[in-house]
Amino acid sequence: MTWLTEWAAYLPQMMSGLGVSLLIAGVSIVAGYPLGLVLSVMVSARNLALRTLALAVVEIGRGAPALVILYLFYYGLPKFGIAFESITAACLALIWNSAAYSSEIMRAGIQSVGRGQLEASSALGLAQRHTFWRVIMPQGMRSAIPGLMGVAIQMFQGTSLAYAIAVPELMKSAYNIGSQDFNYLQIFALAGLCYAAISMPATWITVFFEKRMARHA
Amino acid sequence: MDALSAVLQGLPMTIVLTLSAFAIGILGAVPLAVGLSSSNILIRLTSRLFVDLVRGVPIIVWLFLLKFGIQIGTFKFNPVAAAIVGLGVVSIAYLAEIYRGGLQAVPRGQGEAAHALGLTRGTTFYGVMVPQAFRIVSPSIATYLTGLLKDSSIASTIIVAEMVFQSQSFARQHPTVEGILPYILVGILYIALSLPVAYLSRRLDSHMRKAVYA
Repeated sequence: MTWLTEWAAYLPQMMSGLGVSLLIAGVSIVAGYPLGLVLSVMVSARNLALRTLALAVVEIGRGAPALVILYLFYYGLPKFGIAFESITAACLALIWNSAAYSSEIMRAGIQSVGRGQLEASSALGLAQRHTFWRVIMPQGMRSAIPGLMGVAIQMFQGTSLAYAIAVPELMKSAYNIGSQDFNYLQIFALAGLCYAAISMPATWITVFFEKRMARHA
Repeated sequence: MDALSAVLQGLPMTIVLTLSAFAIGILGAVPLAVGLSSSNILIRLTSRLFVDLVRGVPIIVWLFLLKFGIQIGTFKFNPVAAAIVGLGVVSIAYLAEIYRGGLQAVPRGQGEAAHALGLTRGTTFYGVMVPQAFRIVSPSIATYLTGLLKDSSIASTIIVAEMVFQSQSFARQHPTVEGILPYILVGILYIALSLPVAYLSRRLDSHMRKAVYA
């Protein structure tokens, strides 16, 4: 009982933190996915420089830990006189992350579209532009949906790293309450449940979509 | 290259964290994967809830929970133990899910054939299903290992002296332009470290494909 009453007291103080977490996750998804789409097209560009650039952005975004990219933006760049507020740095780092991960998923989606679709479009005399936007993309993006939902969940969880650069998100607000009362066990358990309350249903929805799509494949 | 040697000081700890957590995960995930594919609905749902709950909570929360929240008598986790246990538990959940997918991907006919041949359930599972499932999931396991390598960086937030922690302390001591170097180097190091894993996994995969279909 005591746990529940304590949780009831802590929960309102954590809500503003949860709001910040959701905001960062939202920004990283809304800005990251379109960027990911651009990158997914760029990595198969004919221009070598363009291709290399896109590949480097994707590989660094996926290969380096999100925490390192976060530190690079928040602690690294100011040494060159480029300083961000902590929340901006967190958004930029996670945008890079989500763009890199989503681009790979979109690329796989585009590649999964059967060659016959391309051949049929060209036989019908569709312009390349129309083939890409009206034939390939709708089918490719459809099969990318579960993967993109997975990245969205990953991004939401990744916002917890912003704690490390003192962004007032869920983890930070939990830590602040904890350092007043020293009830760390209850507080971090509650923070964990807040994350889980969003991630778990989101995962179930993703699995549901995956199963539906597998049925139609 | 002061920055490089500073970052490299954390390399052994990064590797220790990653491999210890990986070992915990590889072994601990076996019973959980069996639970996930159990025919008993109670066992299956409990395992499912555990896996989803562990994966639904960010790693940093697990680490803080273990480091600051757990106190049994005079026992408290030191940072390294908290990091290994935390990353290990998360690995168990992720790897169990990977194993389950592999077990499910083994063609039904294999189980039926084993049954028809009169093999016991234990032999069917460990002698027929598991070896084939392992071949199916080995690339996913390798991918998870590279993910775990990157996630070990989160241990720096509970003051474990691994690579990112060392980069941080070097950067703090060098407020000049030089201070950006460790972050770039550590990023490159993580990418470089995951290359051999990716390479080995590809070799292992093609090797095992031959073993299956030859």
